[in-house]
Amino acid sequence: MKKNRAAAAFRGIPWWLVLLVGLGTISLGTALADASYRVIFGAVAKGFVVTLTVAVVSYAVSLMLGLLLGLARSSRLRPLREASTFYIELVRGLPMLVILYYIAFVGAPAMAGILNGLLAPLIRAGVMLPLESRSFSFATRAVLALTLGYAAFIAEIFRAGIESVDKGQIEAAYALGMSPTQTMIRVVLPQAIRNVLPALANEFIAIIKDSALVSVLGVQDITQIGKVYAASTFKFFETYNVVAFFYLCLTVSLSMLVRALESRLRRETIR
Amino acid sequence: MSAFIRVEDAVKTFGDPSPGTGARQSERHSERNAVRALDGVSLGVDKAEVVLIIGPSGSGKSTLLRAINRLEKLDSGQIWIGDDLVTARRADLRHIREDAGMVFQSFNLFAHMSILENVSLAPRIVRKVPAVEAREAARVILERVGLADKLDRFPRQLSGGQQQRAAIARALAMNPKALLFDEPTSALDPEMIKEVLDVMTGLADDGMTMLVVSHEMGFARAAAHRVIFMDQGKIVEQGSPDDIFAHPHEQRTRDFIRHIL
Repeated sequence: MKKNRAAAAFRGIPWWLVLLVGLGTISLGTALADASYRVIFGAVAKGFVVTLTVAVVSYAVSLMLGLLLGLARSSRLRPLREASTFYIELVRGLPMLVILYYIAFVGAPAMAGILNGLLAPLIRAGVMLPLESRSFSFATRAVLALTLGYAAFIAEIFRAGIESVDKGQIEAAYALGMSPTQTMIRVVLPQAIRNVLPALANEFIAIIKDSALVSVLGVQDITQIGKVYAASTFKFFETYNVVAFFYLCLTVSLSMLVRALESRLRRETIR
Repeated sequence: MSAFIRVEDAVKTFGDPSPGTGARQSERHSERNAVRALDGVSLGVDKAEVVLIIGPSGSGKSTLLRAINRLEKLDSGQIWIGDDLVTARRADLRHIREDAGMVFQSFNLFAHMSILENVSLAPRIVRKVPAVEAREAARVILERVGLADKLDRFPRQLSGGQQQRAAIARALAMNPKALLFDEPTSALDPEMIKEVLDVMTGLADDGMTMLVVSHEMGFARAAAHRVIFMDQGKIVEQGSPDDIFAHPHEQRTRDFIRHIL
């Protein structure tokens, strides 16, 4: 009996996590003991804030944009539905890297042109100078690109959530005299969002990883700093160890949170 | 023409892709596939009258009920509730649905809200009753259906019978002039049917106008003033519960009654 329980407890241990935490501790230990590691650590840490800022800002804006797109996608109005489907299919059909290049080198000049057109009277009056594509920093362009890309993924998640809500409840709301808008806000969305909370959280993990793409624009995130450092010192192994360590700290802890959230939601549904 | 709810020559076809497309080919095609859920139904329900609708599945009972508060749009025909033309192109749906509450087979309570919130939501946001008043009113109604001790529970924490009583309370909270019941006990375990029927019988005794799709003989005997037998989108026969259940005239009615008894 006792042996069985011990065996069960042994099996219950999440070994993948033990291994990850072990490796993390070892690399942190070496990093603190080894002087050159300490330098790499300090350098790459500066990119940590940039990575986190890029991810958080892109995610927050794409949540809002994605909700609007998702609502349009499940709208009764055909033009809204078609327009949002067009956008979602277009963006989902492109590699994120291509979107990034496109926004950075085609979108930004185009935007500068459009804004100059709109603000032409002010420019002529000498109130302001014409914008150039340089006016948009590469970090801004990177955030814009990630936002536009992730809005499409998040829109599909919201749409799935909206469709997951029991149609009977929607009819009941109509039968009580509620308008379609009231029904959406009071009945559908609260349940839809709850249903897709884990999926939305996973998108945040994905956006952290994809934020490494902004390094191709020279934005000083974890990856870019690591790349430059490794190229100048030839310490590839040590540098990319540290780069991976930073990403894993973020992603693994977040994915644990998502698991906890999922099991909590499941418990509440069963009860 | 003095009936409170009046249905005149209601026609509703399902599965017809586009009524009015000119081509003869498509016309013939649609006629073959289409199901006439309502095929010229006329009906009047007086104030405080309790009418039971019976009939085999697919006979159009539910469609008729759903057309009365415009969850379903008719192809042709007219429906009036009091002075309001339900089938008008620009009908005030809010007003119509306030007047005719609906109770569904699968309860359809809002799963993310407590019972009290379920009952007080519509009065608050549709009729703009202040929250405190709406909750107080909801409490009184829930007490009436025997759920005074379940106010803070969520729908999934209640039995089917309790959920259906809460759904009735939710409909009552809007002060409807009529209530439409769409097979209210069909999804319930036998031991829970009575508690729901008791609530419904109580409403009937209080003079509520009720149109009930159900095969519950107990309720028919206790509360129904009139029973309507529908088949294939038409009203085949109607009369007092005793007429229909004990002495039906039509062969189709007799066959059906034999099956459900």
